[in-house]
Amino acid sequence: MGLKQQLEQLKEQGLEQIKSVNDPQELNQIRVRLLGKKGPITEVLRGMKDLSVDERPKVGSFANEIKQEIAGAIEKQVKVLDAVALQKRLEHETIDVTLPGRPVKTGTPHILNQVIDDLEDLFVGLGYQVIDGPEVETDHYNFEMMNIPKNHPARDMQDTFYITKELLMRTHTSPNQARTLEAHDFSKGPLKMISPGRVYRRDTDDATHSHQFHQIEGLVIDKHVTMADLKGTLEVVAKHVFGEERKIRLRPSYFPFTEPSIEVDISCFACGGKGCSVCKYTGWIEVLGAGMVHPNVLRGAGVDPEVYGGFAFGLGPDRFAMLKYGINDIREFYQNDLRFLQQFQQEVK
Amino acid sequence: MKISYQWLNSFVNLQEIDPQKLADQVSLTGIEVAGVIAPDEGLKKIVVGHILSTQPHPDSDHLTLCQVDIGEDEPVQIVCGAPNVATDQYVIVALPNSRISGNVKIKRGKMRGQASEGMICSLQEIGFSDSVVPKEFQNGIYVFPKAESAGQPVFPLLGMDDRMIDFDITPNRADTLGMHGAAWEVGAMLHERPQFPEVEVSETGQPTGDLLKVSVSEKNLVPQYLLKVVQNVEIKPSPLWLQIRLWNNGIRPINNVVDVTNFVLLEYGQPLHAFDYDKLTTHEILVRRAQQEEPMVTLDGQTRTLTSEDLVITDGQNPVAIAGVMGGLSSEITADTHNVVLESAVFDGTSIRKTAQHHNLHTEASTRFEKGIDQGSVTEALQRAVQLLEKLANGESSQSILVGNQELPEEKQILMDPKRVNHVLGTEISVAEMGTILDDLGFGYELKAEKYSVTVPLRRWDIFIEADLIEEIARLHGYDKLPSTLPVGIQTVGGFNKRQLLIREVKQSLLANGLDEVISYALVKENEAAAFTYDPTENIELDWPMTQDHAVLRQNLISGLLNDLQYNLARKQSNVAIFEQGNIFQKVNDTDQPTEVPTVAVLWAGNVTDSNWIAKDRAVDFYDLKGVLTNLLKTLGLADRVTYVADQTLPELHPGRSAKLLIDSQTLGFIGEVHPSLQHDRQLPPTYVLQLNLQLILDQKQASLVSQSAAKYPAVERDLALIVDHQVTNSDISDLIKSNGGKYLSDVQIFDVFTGEVIGLKKKSLAYRLHFQNPAATLTDDQVTQAMDKIQTALQDQIDAQIR
Repeated sequence: MGLKQQLEQLKEQGLEQIKSVNDPQELNQIRVRLLGKKGPITEVLRGMKDLSVDERPKVGSFANEIKQEIAGAIEKQVKVLDAVALQKRLEHETIDVTLPGRPVKTGTPHILNQVIDDLEDLFVGLGYQVIDGPEVETDHYNFEMMNIPKNHPARDMQDTFYITKELLMRTHTSPNQARTLEAHDFSKGPLKMISPGRVYRRDTDDATHSHQFHQIEGLVIDKHVTMADLKGTLEVVAKHVFGEERKIRLRPSYFPFTEPSIEVDISCFACGGKGCSVCKYTGWIEVLGAGMVHPNVLRGAGVDPEVYGGFAFGLGPDRFAMLKYGINDIREFYQNDLRFLQQFQQEVK
Repeated sequence: MKISYQWLNSFVNLQEIDPQKLADQVSLTGIEVAGVIAPDEGLKKIVVGHILSTQPHPDSDHLTLCQVDIGEDEPVQIVCGAPNVATDQYVIVALPNSRISGNVKIKRGKMRGQASEGMICSLQEIGFSDSVVPKEFQNGIYVFPKAESAGQPVFPLLGMDDRMIDFDITPNRADTLGMHGAAWEVGAMLHERPQFPEVEVSETGQPTGDLLKVSVSEKNLVPQYLLKVVQNVEIKPSPLWLQIRLWNNGIRPINNVVDVTNFVLLEYGQPLHAFDYDKLTTHEILVRRAQQEEPMVTLDGQTRTLTSEDLVITDGQNPVAIAGVMGGLSSEITADTHNVVLESAVFDGTSIRKTAQHHNLHTEASTRFEKGIDQGSVTEALQRAVQLLEKLANGESSQSILVGNQELPEEKQILMDPKRVNHVLGTEISVAEMGTILDDLGFGYELKAEKYSVTVPLRRWDIFIEADLIEEIARLHGYDKLPSTLPVGIQTVGGFNKRQLLIREVKQSLLANGLDEVISYALVKENEAAAFTYDPTENIELDWPMTQDHAVLRQNLISGLLNDLQYNLARKQSNVAIFEQGNIFQKVNDTDQPTEVPTVAVLWAGNVTDSNWIAKDRAVDFYDLKGVLTNLLKTLGLADRVTYVADQTLPELHPGRSAKLLIDSQTLGFIGEVHPSLQHDRQLPPTYVLQLNLQLILDQKQASLVSQSAAKYPAVERDLALIVDHQVTNSDISDLIKSNGGKYLSDVQIFDVFTGEVIGLKKKSLAYRLHFQNPAATLTDDQVTQAMDKIQTALQDQIDAQIR
């Protein structure tokens, strides 16, 4: 048998072996056996010294061809075996994806603070500053400066937690109107502020009363701020909190520190205004009080009411949250049952 | 006050507007309406019956068989149990299949064997409140005062077809606490001028001055005090039309004299009082302050101990009325009264308010004086009462009014600039429309130099300034017509201050670490206020708390969180990881506002994780909470500045498991386990708490952050294990390592702590991993070894460490 035939035969046997191998290690042994320095092809090539000078290059290149062919076949088989191995591994590693995830706890902001933060962000976007004020107020700021002199009926002892004759738990966030007005430099532009915080009333806690609750005061003072501006601003608030389709309506009311004073109703978000139990079959829900700042408040804070004027409003985050999420008992906000608090983890806008 | 639609319609043409619609309109232009009350709501088939004959029920000693004409061809038999039933009465009959109060259905039936074709009713049974039913009918059936045609519905006869519009007034609109004021208000809304009946009196009696003398010693508190006497009155029930007006407004009819004073109260909003002339000890009326502890029995039978603040009417000797609040029993109008003294007055609201509050005696009269009354109609109201008594009690009224004091305020003149009105409202209301609105209100005005000079009648004492008039224009023009705009003008930059931003940052960090936010009460129990507090101030106490649970301002947040924990434990919520951000309150002195310190506190109890399919449960420990704190301090750029000092000063904390937190030498707060005995007392699981003073954080100068590139050269790690005395702390060791580690030591991590007999009692073994890094070059082995040698020497020398 000539060299060529020998090579031919090696190739066929080799390819046959390679194809039938299933084990990567065995395949590697085949590679070493066939293509290694002591392998049959090398052996055959050693016999080339007996060939004629003419034939040597031919057989040589033929031998290389076969070498490459075998190497290629091995490589191919490696990939096949890799794929099989990977497949096996993937099967082995398969898990039950329906098992629950490892618990990673995240906290839930208190729903009242979610409501407050949301309104703060809205007003900051409208160019308002957020102003803090003391929870223990003086009689002077809580009442006198808000046009509620001593013996005014709006100042019922029943409603106020006094600490001393002059110190009290603030009954509203309105004293921050006076504090901010006094501090504001109108030569630097208009005053636009909101002031959120806790307020206190001398009430017995029940489903609809809490001795501690929250308010957000709003105040805009400039040379030409109108009641129409107030209406427009409150419309923005109503739509932002209760939905784009909300309408508002203003009703005359009375606060000592605004004139004119209004109560603001929104069209019922539960029934759209047709009348239901949420709106007590009126189609409207009272949500906040507002008005044009009383000249006495401006004057008291050293602002000339002939030149400057504007609006103020006070809204209750507790009431907003109760309405929006159907909470029937205001005490839930302050008892802090985790099951109550954690339900507001979902995005609540 | 409940405004009767029918009564109102007698003053103002209500244009037959549906009462509910009228109420809605009133709500939008002036006075909030709490509701519209229909007295006959839910009632049906209730008619007048004429009792033709009665006989006792054969099988009962208290039932009566009545033959009743109900307007049908034949009378029907009705069994009645009322003691006052009698022949020839005109009564209220609920027919078979009728509905009476409480949605009760009346059926044809038998009572002890006798057929009963319906029921003869009391007023209560058809929906009247017991408090308004005339006394004579309180315990039996109602009997009409005169013959009515049988079979007709009773509702119109009893005023039950009227609709009562419940005005829920704000304190400034007390002018509508009378029908006249309400008529002006509704008239202005409807552009209808109200018309009121003429008041005419005959004055056939003696001159008032011959019968009475009067003097007022506190004229500043009694701007008007008028008296008149009506002689020879016949005391009897009022006519039904007048009784209806009263009971529809919640007032019980008593007799004609008392009813007339109440009727005029409703009509004019003017409280009147009637005294029995003959029961006055002397006829010299003196209005004065009471003497301290002077006793008096009021109409309700209560003995009152007066104070020198109270204003009283006296008969020259004894108090016969607490002025403007309630009359005295001694001069009460009774069936035997012949001569009546009528009083119409104005008393100072503040004085009345104090008296009413002090005696907890709030009456129709006191409420009106507190809120103010129309000072322009005091005289007319008195004459109106006289007129009615002349007519309804056949009285003879004395001639002329006896005046104790009569100082009427002047009508206010207010300048209103139409331009200003539109400037404030953002409207374009015409000058003419403003004039029409002033007309509708019945305000006088003149247009001078493009401005209205407005004269405000005394009945609108809530109007003082131009802004008040702007409100009148705005509401009657209609708020629905107000445009919607946003403020224009110089733009302002909105934003948060540093404190608000810090608070938001703190909350974000705690939320991200799995803590739920709570809001507790700032007012706490006395013994809770100053717990968990290093240097408590004197407690800040409410002067008059509602309950002892909320009586004192908190000086710490932990007490509130412990209450929240307990609340949740009681509801089987045992894994509680919560925080609160809020103010604590520190007393400065007796007069100044307290210092309000923004503070945050965390409480963690129960399991960090509950056991589940993939992990076992693990209870929270000190180091869980410290990890949360470390994250927070990192967020705030303070992790390296805060030191933890083992601390035993707070008695509420575990002495071996708590630390005071310091920034430099200032106290930032604390972290620790709640003291086991406190846990035991309150039945708490191991509970860990921390509290931080955010003001102190705000006061720190924030170092600005300059970024550094990630290191390009490899870092070198070396481990160091050592055995030390058990009292040596991690921070002792790591401080030593850091101060001796040289400039390339970039980080020190503890990775093992071990105690056990193998290393000896009172010993512990710790292991640290030290990271060395030269940002500018590759570190050599020598450099690191030198640093390690220095560290080891220091540890051996200074804390007697045994390097392993």
